[in-house]
Amino acid sequence: MSIAPISKSGPFTHTTSSVPKTMLTVLLALVPATAFDAYLFGWPGILLFAVTVGACVAVEAGCLALAGLPMKAALGDYSAVLTGWLLAMSLPPWAPWWTGVLGAVFAIALAKHTFGGLGQNLFNPAMVARVALLVSFPVVMTAWVMPHPLFSAGAPGFSDAVAITFGGNLPDSVSAASALGYVKTELSRGIPVTQSMAHVPDLMDMALGLRAGSMGETSAILILAGGLFLMARRIISWHIPLGMMGALFLMGTLFHMLDPARYTDGMFHLMSGATFLGAFFIATDYVTSPVSKPGQLVFGIGCGVLTWVIRTYAGYPEGMAFAVLLMNSLTPIIDQYTRPRAFGRSRKGEPLPLEGK
Amino acid sequence: MKLFPIRGGIHPDYRKELSSEKAIVALPLPELLYIPLQQHIGAPAEALVQAGELVKKGQLIARSQGGISAPQHAPTSGRIKAVTDIPAPHPSGLPQPTIILEPDGKDEWTDLPEPIADPLNADPQMIRERVAQAGIVGMGGAAFPSAVKLDLGTRYKLEFLLLNGAECEPYLTCDDRVMREHADEVIDGARIMAHTLGVKKIVIAIEQNKPQALAAMTGAAFTFSEVDVVGVPVQYPMGSERHLVQAITGRETPAKKLTADIGVVVHNVATARAVHQAVRFGRPLLSRVVTVSGGAVREPNNIEAPIGARVADLVALCGGFSGEPASLVNGGPMMGQPLPGLEAPVVKGMSGVLALTAGEVNEQPAGPCIRCGACVAICPCGLVPVEMAAFIRKDNFDVAAQLGVMDCVSCGSCSWACPSHIPLVHYFNYAKGMINAQERERRKNERIKLLAEAHNARMEKLAVAAEAKRAAVAARKANLAAATGEEKVEA
Repeated sequence: MSIAPISKSGPFTHTTSSVPKTMLTVLLALVPATAFDAYLFGWPGILLFAVTVGACVAVEAGCLALAGLPMKAALGDYSAVLTGWLLAMSLPPWAPWWTGVLGAVFAIALAKHTFGGLGQNLFNPAMVARVALLVSFPVVMTAWVMPHPLFSAGAPGFSDAVAITFGGNLPDSVSAASALGYVKTELSRGIPVTQSMAHVPDLMDMALGLRAGSMGETSAILILAGGLFLMARRIISWHIPLGMMGALFLMGTLFHMLDPARYTDGMFHLMSGATFLGAFFIATDYVTSPVSKPGQLVFGIGCGVLTWVIRTYAGYPEGMAFAVLLMNSLTPIIDQYTRPRAFGRSRKGEPLPLEGK
Repeated sequence: MKLFPIRGGIHPDYRKELSSEKAIVALPLPELLYIPLQQHIGAPAEALVQAGELVKKGQLIARSQGGISAPQHAPTSGRIKAVTDIPAPHPSGLPQPTIILEPDGKDEWTDLPEPIADPLNADPQMIRERVAQAGIVGMGGAAFPSAVKLDLGTRYKLEFLLLNGAECEPYLTCDDRVMREHADEVIDGARIMAHTLGVKKIVIAIEQNKPQALAAMTGAAFTFSEVDVVGVPVQYPMGSERHLVQAITGRETPAKKLTADIGVVVHNVATARAVHQAVRFGRPLLSRVVTVSGGAVREPNNIEAPIGARVADLVALCGGFSGEPASLVNGGPMMGQPLPGLEAPVVKGMSGVLALTAGEVNEQPAGPCIRCGACVAICPCGLVPVEMAAFIRKDNFDVAAQLGVMDCVSCGSCSWACPSHIPLVHYFNYAKGMINAQERERRKNERIKLLAEAHNARMEKLAVAAEAKRAAVAARKANLAAATGEEKVEA
């Protein structure tokens, strides 16, 4: 009998984990929150979600065809589905269909494939798309609606939803500000945080998702559950989420203590906006975050601090996407400064001194 | 005993149960034995026999050459059939000088050297010589001549002998069986080695997934207060020399140094048994226990095989293959080498022969790196495989070297863990080869430059000397001419 010669050195055994399995696990972790959001925002949300994910996969296929790359392996890794999913969750649920399609082009074609495809991109594709849409179409991208649960009174039926998503017929009456946006607007009118906070949903409602916002901003509890599931499955470690949420909470609490009229408190920062989605699903993106654990902690803390700074001082009420993108640009340099110490060597790479010599 | 953590590491599917409960069986003498002259690190041995010669069991048939080398002995009595080149048990499959022995079936011993009486009080030099004569090399896989390592006590201040029974490679159970079945021999060998090294203390480290071996060794060591048997956590690569020393002592061997620099010498348990046999009975190393396992082997087993038996003979004793193996490995699945074929012979460093199914190997085409950082988290050497591989792909070896690729021990953890199945270790082995070649080239060029400069300097010196001579001659001639001129005037 003959055995084909092995042309590769060992090992001759491998883990069963793979890229598609990893991506599928992340998708699975998003399912509960997504399902709940689909219920909260009804048919328009579902249609936009389908359009966005579908467009991402289509753009991915187009880019692969243009680059002459094998289609099956790349589409089979579910990375485009995940990007589309996360992008959909960061859009206003009742936004028109073209935001999803344009977002897909930004995310997949510009942010991912111009850099060389999976693993090569410097910036998180979903956040590039969200930010590009936000700065280009600020009105559409901030047209938040209060939840209109499926089958409830006043919820749009399927045909109304088609009109909303594909016809651009967003009913004027339904738009509402997100909590972060409301506080920011009030503050700019000279109304202190202490007063405006009385009009935002209480923390429990925010955690449950009974508030205006994107799909990923609502249902914080289910996002948190998904994140903990990913940690239990060892897809992500605690470094980025804890670093990010911890920094955000600390900054919020500290400044709130100094001046409660100007600064919202730490708990509000944690529960509002896309904090959980960002901390567990966006900032933890493998490709655009540092590879070492200490580096991930630095990255997470940076995301948290920047999110707080942008939310507090910048023109946009939510700063998560900007913060992640800014930290993405620092990932290579964080990687360079947080390399582990090699066995038998000092941090500087010199051999360790012999004891007693 | 307090243990210390080691960095990173992985928990592969160990599958030791395939062969761990199989007692060691002796391989019936095969028709032919193929004994390569190089089975160890260092210079190959030099054949002392010719075709047609009759040899007895244990007779020296190839002598060691130089300081780091090992001799070979006839594993049984018989007739030398040829001394020729056959493919070596090396991934290249390149032919290597080999003695082919045709056993006569009598298994007649030659006159063995006298046992060393009371080795624990004998002159260490005598024991080292005996170990060198017996052709003993490190049997954990590295096959470094053991006598050289037993000499470390003369040059380093040593604290203890660490006997490595970790056997952290999946599938392999040969050390496990040796410890279970020959615990007394292993302990005796270890005590002799400790005496030779000039150390009092012995620590025997065994991974906790071998409870019977731990019990057997603890029992055998019971009467010797200087011997500590320690169960170490199951964590690949616990059996790596430097990492095991760190787990036991908490001390990190500095880069470019030996464990002996921090007071520890590490030997394998099977090596200790071989030392016991050489010292107590005068027997050279003629056979070793090989684990034959893997999903494609019908009945995995632990076989005591004479050196030179072909892998095919061992596989036959295990009932052959139950299916087509996807890969055939010499050693463990993590750090073993691909076997070029079933014709390769058993050598002194061969701890296992694995015939693995495609499912066990789980080889997939490499995909793009998603920077998940798994390789960084598990690297026991604290390196950044993802970054090194990126530079090596561009043949940028200088940066790869700066990032520490030469510190990589090729344990395979990163390749194992990579979800994109990138053959990281393959990259690193390639880079190490290239860097070594560049280093050799650089040294050669330096030497050439030095020689050329010396040559030029010499030539210059000669030219100066010739010039001086010429000038001197011219001056003399001129003087002479002047003198004769003067004479003429005077005349």
